[in-house]
Amino acid sequence: MSLLEINNLEVQYVMTDETIHAVNNISFSLEKGECLGLVGETGAGKTTTALSILRLLASPPAKTVNGEILYKGQDILKLREKEMREIRGDEITMIFQDPMTSLNPVKRVGDQIAEVIMQHRHCSKTEAFRLACDMLNQVGIRDERATEFPHQFSGGMKQRVVIAMALACQPNLLLADEPTTALDVTIQAQVVEMMIALRKQYQMSMIFITHDLGLVADICDKVAIMYAGEIVEYGNLEDIYLRTSHPYTVGLFGSIPSLSKDVDRLSPIQGLPPNPAKLPTGCKFHTRCERASEKCSCDEPLFHEIEPGHFVRCHLFDQEEHDDG
Amino acid sequence: MAEQRNDRDLLEIKNLKKYFTTNRGVLHAVDDVSFTLRQGRTLGVVGESGCGKSTLGKTILGLLDATDGSVIFDGEDVTHLKGRAWKEKRKSMQMIFQDPMASLDPRYTVMTLIAEPLKIFGVCRSKIELEEKVRELMQTVGLDEHLANRFPHELDGGRRQRIGIARALALDPRFIVCDEPVSALDVSIQAQVLNLLQDLQVEKNLTYIFVTHNMSVVKHISDNILVMYLGCMAEMCQSKELFRKPLHPYTKGLLSAIPIPDITVKRERIIMTGELSSPINPKPGCRFASRCPYTKDICTKETPAWKEELPDHFVACHCCREINQLDK
Amino acid sequence: MMETTALDRKKRLNTTSGQFRIALRQFRRNKIAVVGIIIFLIIVLSCVFADKISAYDYAAQDIRNKFAPLSMEHPFGTDQFGRDVFTRMLYGGRISLVVAFSAVLLSAAVAVLLGTTAAFFGKAYEMIVMRIIDILQSIPGLLLAAAVSTAIGTGIQNSIIAIAIGQLANTTRLMYSATLTVKNQEYLEAARACGASKTRIIFHHVIKNILAPLIVQVTSRLGSGITQIASLSFLGLGVMPPTPEWGSILNAGKQYMRSYWPLVTFPGLVIALTLISVSFIGDGIRDAVDPRLKR
Repeated sequence: MSLLEINNLEVQYVMTDETIHAVNNISFSLEKGECLGLVGETGAGKTTTALSILRLLASPPAKTVNGEILYKGQDILKLREKEMREIRGDEITMIFQDPMTSLNPVKRVGDQIAEVIMQHRHCSKTEAFRLACDMLNQVGIRDERATEFPHQFSGGMKQRVVIAMALACQPNLLLADEPTTALDVTIQAQVVEMMIALRKQYQMSMIFITHDLGLVADICDKVAIMYAGEIVEYGNLEDIYLRTSHPYTVGLFGSIPSLSKDVDRLSPIQGLPPNPAKLPTGCKFHTRCERASEKCSCDEPLFHEIEPGHFVRCHLFDQEEHDDG
Repeated sequence: MAEQRNDRDLLEIKNLKKYFTTNRGVLHAVDDVSFTLRQGRTLGVVGESGCGKSTLGKTILGLLDATDGSVIFDGEDVTHLKGRAWKEKRKSMQMIFQDPMASLDPRYTVMTLIAEPLKIFGVCRSKIELEEKVRELMQTVGLDEHLANRFPHELDGGRRQRIGIARALALDPRFIVCDEPVSALDVSIQAQVLNLLQDLQVEKNLTYIFVTHNMSVVKHISDNILVMYLGCMAEMCQSKELFRKPLHPYTKGLLSAIPIPDITVKRERIIMTGELSSPINPKPGCRFASRCPYTKDICTKETPAWKEELPDHFVACHCCREINQLDK
Repeated sequence: MMETTALDRKKRLNTTSGQFRIALRQFRRNKIAVVGIIIFLIIVLSCVFADKISAYDYAAQDIRNKFAPLSMEHPFGTDQFGRDVFTRMLYGGRISLVVAFSAVLLSAAVAVLLGTTAAFFGKAYEMIVMRIIDILQSIPGLLLAAAVSTAIGTGIQNSIIAIAIGQLANTTRLMYSATLTVKNQEYLEAARACGASKTRIIFHHVIKNILAPLIVQVTSRLGSGITQIASLSFLGLGVMPPTPEWGSILNAGKQYMRSYWPLVTFPGLVIALTLISVSFIGDGIRDAVDPRLKR
């Protein structure tokens, strides 16, 4: 049984004048100890997916229209709020992009971590604080600093504190939403190294949301490329990096100036990301795709398995499936 | 990238300094920066937060008053220009800002935003001429004509940045400081805007200073690169050379920290320990000493000199020759 | 355009046309605000068309008919000089409303000038201006208006000035803080990079962007403006007889409160109704302009 299994998830934001289709029928699973990279640009639906797992979406206006999220076989979407609270922070935790707003500025850092521990483990305040100091050591912060306030820490250090908070109860699953985007490159490298080490130590599963394909190559085992609320390509690192298939993924790689190769002009993807309130018919990428055909504008492509474990949602691969079948 | 151009120095920066007085002490934002920039070329200025690259750009343009040193633009000392003289120079020196939302007045339409510099200088004699010129500019940057009456918030990041570019081009400048112009954009849009900037440079023989923290972007667009650390120059050389043969320990660390979207490349990661030291009342010696894996005694006492260690390759590091075995 | 985030939605509300449309829609939905507008319009239009509505001359005395009982000819009765109270209210309303409007607008204009320049030019100028404002602000508006009125004299023009001064401090402070918020926006720096002078930046960029709080302030100040002119007249300052004005009518009426209640009641009711309707409108505008994100 997979640790996490999402089936046909559909989430919308219902506004007065329009409905935003944020997540359109996505499915994937995650095993214990695995790290999935959720890659996509603004509006792709990555954050909404993560927030749905923890049921943190403000509803209204968010609405889970369809689907199930199975954690250890149990559908999270059907749990009561009380049961959900026990899972949050203990079994599934989340860290966000901006460390500055994730920490309470008027509470000492050690106390904030201890608070999470006390919520889920029945232990005394002193015991919790001691565990909190241990956690700080784990993330590379001297435990004398547990009595300091967030503003006394730099950006990278703050993010480490946030990670300490997230890992305090040794969760099974960590959702990381662009945790290093706000950090400098050299600090990012430090934090990423630390996350890889901790993941190994705790055998923790992770969903790492980012738009940076470089980071994904460093941290993740599997990758799901999202576009307009759908997963358009899914596979392991080799599938995505060496046998890139979906035109959008190809376009993404073409848009990035590369350190290893010299290119005169970049090959950007023409056009703009679609308005999630007015998504195109058929394949949602067809308006920007160089290889689009008439079929692409009317029929929605299915999710084809083009090689074991490597899935693509594109009509270009319809033929192949047919041939194989 | 370096074809036939008017080969003369358009910009000469001499020992430029910009300090800010804060209640905790004097912040050395830009400390003794010198370089020359040829017309038609692009100088990429890279570094992490607090290195002073944005401040450098603004000080060169005169948006901030230089504390010391000079800026020579086309043979003329423009460092301490004020009033009308400063305003006149705006026709030659312009800026593209980082945040396309924050740098556009939300209450102005696209037309008014791009027209503003034209109005300030009274470039056009009639309203019709003004609108004509604005439409021309919109076309140059790839903005649809019908967007003229839209507001910035109605458009996406890429289009907003194009408005910023059109505005910067309005007065037909020769020199543009691009302050992280693509950092706030999605990857697929970044590429479009970068291509645009390159095309414009060739077409109008523009000279750019391209400020960014993104190494892959800077490699792609620059002829030469200047690496800054806490307000000081660390290394400067040709773009390709920097990536092929970085000499300064900070540059090496920076390059190795960048995640590469390529799983076949195996790199040695130099993870820098420690945190950045404070740019307020900095201690003597090399600013990078606290994080450098090669620190020697001299590094904490004497500020390293800016030396040409290899042809056209400048570094400020005491141990440069040793670390890179340049004397062998 | 993608509006998946609250931030995008908030940004959409930040322009004149977009804001106006949304504000108007929000306003129309607010039933209380709509009621307020209707009542206010009725009152204003009645005062404007006073001569069409009432045949009486507001100064015409008819002593024999003083304190007449309420009837169709005298729906609000008559005062101690036999003048029709309803007519006096209609004409008086013109004075009250004009003075209140003018005072508020004058106050706003000066406040914008002082507040934006103080925040923008800073240094000694800022300090001097804001300290003067501090001093003014420590005196309650009405008292200040009364003091100024005593000094410069009564009458419509002087009353406008007096009330404007009374309201100045509050509005200036608001404009000052609004400008400070806008001052650090990048688009001002971008304008400077284009060669704009500081004056141009203030007039073309800053003021447009602080209009929202200004509008809200002006509507709420209108209510207090009406109260203040009424109060000033009530106190014997403001406008002088025989010019009708709601406050002075009320003042006259208080002597006869026991024997002839209409003279106090009706002016009081009208003033109250006007204030309430203005208050509803102000609330409506505030709610409409406020970038609330919940639906």
